[in-house]
Amino acid sequence: MNSGLVFAMAGTLLFALGTAGVLLVRALFRRILAFNVMGSGAFLVLVGLAQRTGPPDPVTQAMVLTGIVVAVAATALALALVRRLHALTGRLEIQQRNDE
Amino acid sequence: MSELLAWLILLPLAWAAVAFLIGPASGGPIAIVALAVQLGMSIRVGIAVQTSGPQLHAVGGWGAPLGIDLFADGLAVAMILMIQVVALPVAVYARSYFDASAREARYFWPLTGFLVAGLNALVLSTDLFNLYVALELIGLSAVGLVAAGGAAAQVNAALRYLIATLVASGAYLFGVALLYGVYGTVSTATLALLVSKDAPGIAWVAGGLLTVGLMVKTALFPFHFWLPPAHGKAPAPVSALLSALVVKASFYLLLRLWIGPLRGLEPGLALASLPALLGGAAILWGSYQAIRAEGLKRLVAYSTVAQLGYLFLIFPLLGRPGAIQAAVMQAVAHALAKAGMFLAAGVLTKATGQDSVAGLSGAAQRLPVSIFAFGLAGMSLMGLPPSSGFLAKWLLISVSLANGYWIIAAMTLIGGLLAAVYVFRVLRQAFVATTEQVVLHPVSAASEWAALGLAAASVVLGLRGVELMRLLEV
Amino acid sequence: MRAVAVILSAAAFAGIVIAQLLRLSTPVVDLPALVGERIPVSGVAHPVTAVLLNFRGYDTLLEIGVLLLAAVIVLAARGDEPAMNPAALPSAEPPIQMFARATTGPMIVVAVYLLWAGAYQPGGAFQAGAVLAAMAVLLYLAGVTGNWAKPGMALRAGLTGGFLLFLGVAASLLIRGVLLQYPVEHAGQLILLIEAGLTVSLGLILASLFLFLAADPPR
Repeated sequence: MNSGLVFAMAGTLLFALGTAGVLLVRALFRRILAFNVMGSGAFLVLVGLAQRTGPPDPVTQAMVLTGIVVAVAATALALALVRRLHALTGRLEIQQRNDE
Repeated sequence: MSELLAWLILLPLAWAAVAFLIGPASGGPIAIVALAVQLGMSIRVGIAVQTSGPQLHAVGGWGAPLGIDLFADGLAVAMILMIQVVALPVAVYARSYFDASAREARYFWPLTGFLVAGLNALVLSTDLFNLYVALELIGLSAVGLVAAGGAAAQVNAALRYLIATLVASGAYLFGVALLYGVYGTVSTATLALLVSKDAPGIAWVAGGLLTVGLMVKTALFPFHFWLPPAHGKAPAPVSALLSALVVKASFYLLLRLWIGPLRGLEPGLALASLPALLGGAAILWGSYQAIRAEGLKRLVAYSTVAQLGYLFLIFPLLGRPGAIQAAVMQAVAHALAKAGMFLAAGVLTKATGQDSVAGLSGAAQRLPVSIFAFGLAGMSLMGLPPSSGFLAKWLLISVSLANGYWIIAAMTLIGGLLAAVYVFRVLRQAFVATTEQVVLHPVSAASEWAALGLAAASVVLGLRGVELMRLLEV
Repeated sequence: MRAVAVILSAAAFAGIVIAQLLRLSTPVVDLPALVGERIPVSGVAHPVTAVLLNFRGYDTLLEIGVLLLAAVIVLAARGDEPAMNPAALPSAEPPIQMFARATTGPMIVVAVYLLWAGAYQPGGAFQAGAVLAAMAVLLYLAGVTGNWAKPGMALRAGLTGGFLLFLGVAASLLIRGVLLQYPVEHAGQLILLIEAGLTVSLGLILASLFLFLAADPPR
């Protein structure tokens, strides 16, 4: 049991937590936060698993850098949409009814 | 010749950035010219693959697993051709569809450029992490196209789509992380050699995560909830791109994974039947909702949910001869038909000024080209000969009967009958002669003919289907 | 009811995965060793920068595309944000403004250093760009500059410039043969050139993700 495996296990827990959050919570800001927790979990697993055998792995570190940037882009997009929804309707949740 | 694979990705990225640079709502002419060039490149790649076999381009010269490889075999070429063949008429249509001051049009061209770049990149890539970035490029640009300049309903639909696609990408990424942890590489070619029947249990978890993530992105029942609002409320050219291309990209990736790196897991019949069951449910549920739908675009969107179900009927048959051909034929036939149908629906809704099916009375007399386009597209969706939709269903039925799966054949036929119900709903309403004066807003001829072109292509492809089948054998 | 089902399945999933993780053996493919072998011909000394800009530079290209895409969508999806009067912000007080102005110079120096150091240590375009973006946001919050209401040609050129430069280098290398295959003698210089362009653009893109939305919505 080395530090890499501990990171990976923590990452798995974070991922499960984040996914449950996105699926269950109604408030949009918290869903975005939960999505970020999901992403962080996946990154932790990427880096942690690769490190369990020895020195840090530059490939996974580069992948996680890329992943963080992509997550930032997605989060910014989500926030912009939530802001627009709020400006147009005053709500901060997705309208569930399939309106015709 | 393999450099063309890289150009097919660089070119759309370039025109997307330039379209943004030169200002809002500009960029149409550049996009159309570039898409035509890309179509030419795709044809050349197709010829090269047919004559000299699959093309491989090792980016940076390193080669997998250190670097990333671009790869084109017959299956990839079929997809690449489908993408460019659909995107070009949609671009021509979009140029005249949007009013000059329309808010949705301001950033349509850069967003579409990024979408096409992502689609090409996904089809040609052989690296699981690179595929993740391509999936995000596609997903975010699709969400952007739905939300652009929109009203509350569109932003709401875009948010629902965004959350679904982000959870799906997150699951996919977690699966990739697990696979890298087990095998030390994310190259699909290397993984195909390493993954075997005695893979550790965690490889199965990873495979499951990748599959579920991609199923959500392909809107397979019961994960389809995000599609009808997103495709139904977006502007017509956006709906065409989404229904025809975006959902096919994730399906293609799913197919690739299970005939490539994950094939070694040998999932067995029980597991492979699950997607087929969900596909059957999609056909029934999607058709039912389409028959009930009040809005025209919503009807077409639910039709997509139903038609995507056909693609998943293939999974128990993977590995038998003819299965891939049937799946690809269905994907391409639906892409052409659905794009044509959405473009025609766009003309109809714009002309009549409203979106309901009931409001289409009298449209047949005044917009014959668009109604004809809708009818041709419907013909392909129903599976009437000689359309490519018929060829696709015929292939699916013959492969399933040859292997004893009569229930898949039965589902295919039932789906065709249900499609006939909702297609004729629209056509019958359009042919209702009205005595009252119907005020029609002017619609450009280019829009109508673009719709007809795509729908006709869907039908004509059925006559030339043999070429496509031969391509897929590579 | 649904909440219970989701929570239970998430917990079960986590449990199964963690149990499996503890039983993993060493992976078959050793990528870090491969990277170590090829570092001398990659043009940089730091392995992460080598992977990011050379071995998997294609990933980086797509990723910049994603970031630029996000900036475009933020523009496309927002309302017509009015130009904000910088002095109206609650944080626009003289001590803060003085601090913000004073740190502008050092922040630029730090960004340039991070860019340069990326060849030998952790650093590079993303880190430098993030510092520049933070500087822009700080200046906004201090009320020294306003939000970006309508991106003019100059801003659009800045946003797309780094990406177009990267694409240009990639295209010229592709014409020579293989995509993103740097000639060994010039690899380091080309990578630095690309990173420099990316630093400016990334700083602007990241700042724009905030500043395009910065005006308060009408009450």
